[in-house]
Amino acid sequence: MTQRLSVVDVDRCVGCQLCIFACARREGHGGTAGARIDVRSAGGMRRGFLVIVCRACDDPPCARACPTGALVRRDGGGVRLATSLCTGCGACQTACPFGAIQSDESAKPLVCVYCGTCARYCPHGVLALEEIGRTSDVVG
Amino acid sequence: MLSADPLSRVLTIDLTTQKVAVDVRPDLVDAAIGGAGVAVQLLAERCPPDADPLGPENPIVLAVGPLVGLFPLAAKTVAMFKSPHTGNLGESHAGGRSAVAIRLAGYGAVVITGKSTRPVYLVIDGEKVLFRDASALWGLHSSATVGRVLRERESGTGHRSILRIGPAGEKGVSYAGVITETYRHFGRLGLGAVFGAKQLKAIVVSGRRALPVADPPAYRRAYDAVYQAAVASPAMRKYHDLGTPMNLLPLNALQALPTRNLQAASFDGAEAISGEAMAETFLGRRLACSHCPVACIHLAALRTPHPEEAYFYKTSMLGYDYELIYALGSLLGVADPAALLLLTDEVEAQGLDAISTGVVLAWTIEACERDLVSARDLDGVALRWGDADGCREAVRRIVSQPTDLYRAMARGVDAAAKTYGGGEFALAFGGNEMAGYHTGPVGYLGFLAGARHSHLDNAGYSIDQKRLAAGLPAIDDSIVDDVVAEESWRQVLASLSVCFFARGIYTPDVVCEALACCGVEASADSLRAIGTETLTRKWAFKKSCGFSLDSLGLPERIFETASPSGPIDRAGLVRLLARFAERVEEAV
Repeated sequence: MTQRLSVVDVDRCVGCQLCIFACARREGHGGTAGARIDVRSAGGMRRGFLVIVCRACDDPPCARACPTGALVRRDGGGVRLATSLCTGCGACQTACPFGAIQSDESAKPLVCVYCGTCARYCPHGVLALEEIGRTSDVVG
Repeated sequence: MLSADPLSRVLTIDLTTQKVAVDVRPDLVDAAIGGAGVAVQLLAERCPPDADPLGPENPIVLAVGPLVGLFPLAAKTVAMFKSPHTGNLGESHAGGRSAVAIRLAGYGAVVITGKSTRPVYLVIDGEKVLFRDASALWGLHSSATVGRVLRERESGTGHRSILRIGPAGEKGVSYAGVITETYRHFGRLGLGAVFGAKQLKAIVVSGRRALPVADPPAYRRAYDAVYQAAVASPAMRKYHDLGTPMNLLPLNALQALPTRNLQAASFDGAEAISGEAMAETFLGRRLACSHCPVACIHLAALRTPHPEEAYFYKTSMLGYDYELIYALGSLLGVADPAALLLLTDEVEAQGLDAISTGVVLAWTIEACERDLVSARDLDGVALRWGDADGCREAVRRIVSQPTDLYRAMARGVDAAAKTYGGGEFALAFGGNEMAGYHTGPVGYLGFLAGARHSHLDNAGYSIDQKRLAAGLPAIDDSIVDDVVAEESWRQVLASLSVCFFARGIYTPDVVCEALACCGVEASADSLRAIGTETLTRKWAFKKSCGFSLDSLGLPERIFETASPSGPIDRAGLVRLLARFAERVEEAV
């Protein structure tokens, strides 16, 4: 079973960013460094929020853009990063139309691992981990 | 504190020389945790007691605590400065994104000193500090526009905070505030005027670093305990559902809701402006501060027609909470919720503190009725109870100051009453206009004796309500101890940067466990000692500025309108205040 993250109801997002902190906490620290998900206002908080996640594309443009084969398509959709092959060129970030690939201090890409930790800490039902092919595509 | 934690780093930015320095001060953090505890020490170090609050020698201290960026419900930045409103301790706390942004930029405190020769805004992006020309932003009609411009111009979206002032701060209104993220405020005691005097229009701060923890598995366990308590808490649920305006109808039923300048303590229009009615008709969105699951910030979606063009509408998203509804609603007799929202919009645009503005307007309406001020003084503005449009006109003039009356109003209700009379119905305590709680004597003791003359210092209003519910007499000898104990513990919360709404979750044991994750050993007793020490430092700073509890005036009005426990016992309140003054004398 291949899973991916889904923004199921972006209108319920209150901008608390608990998802970002949850993702960073996986690395064993606090703060927001290393988070693979982002939340930002849609042009001021009055307009609500954009929740930016990797949607685990079937034919990922980021993988196609990678010149060293560091990003490999995952069975069922999405990508896995072979860090040792990555040169930090940034082509994957440019290729993703959602801006879902973040970068760390060394400019290496931070790619979602589809673990669903962020969704477990979303108190308002914005995020969910879903089985690919089971539910409708929703992107916020 | 763990050695890699940036909390002890103090960033000093001098606007006069445009020089920047970082000092590492573990001594401050070790002694006083962070936030308020560190801020008051920096204020005492950097601010001469005789400083002109609007002079270059008055520093602005912004400080955050160790739990910021690590735990939920800890996202308050504490601002300290010498207040241009009261002439002593200026302290204001804001939620939003500033605390997380400052901490993840790599600082525990930011101190801004000096004065710029021309309007400037600051960009703090991690280690980078930039001085940007703000001359084109000076004079913009609305604080909201400043935010919009800087949002487009500067980077860091999602991980930054934009602190800015409106016209009121530029013009030096002594209760001008600083606005962050459009809907949060350093509202009270005039930080906006201090920004304005420094020609500082805004600060954009951003960062997204990692914060170390002592033991990651223990950290995750401690985190989960706080998080689960927050999402399971009925109190937190209420703050999410209706927000702070949930308190309006209960206070009205109790006869504790100041109405028409406290000529009454219940309002016949309360239903119409209640949290329930606002949610039913206007609630358009809820927002959270960084790292807070509660999302207590409530925005009203207000659709208004263009005054001239048919079929042309604008929809505004306007923040509302209890204090706004009290100060600009019941206190002014305004029962039309749409008119109330438009009035709050004007107060926001100008960048004024809503509570002080409401109290000043309420005094002015009554002064007008009593012929203490003339139509000419008012520059032709007609002010009547319930007329929010007239109040909007007056709000603009508090900032533009076309007459001596408005110049006095721009310095607060005490300053206005000193010139025009009506001190008996000027609702300020220790120089600060009152919040919306006519609950009884302890509420007023709290306003008078609290270090920042705020209802949030010690929640005296809550003690009144608990005593009433328990059938206890309104006043007894234990009260001063209770008030001091509460204010001392709140110093701990404000030093950690924990939101006071979460005080039921952050018990001493929970705080100790959370601090252990930051490598800080603490016990309930050691925390309480730090709280007492921090409060004592505030009293000492106030005293050095010439403040004394002995010389405070009490407006007659609070004795004329009965509180929920009956008329307030003047002699009893004076006795409590004297006892409190003794406590201060012993400590300082």
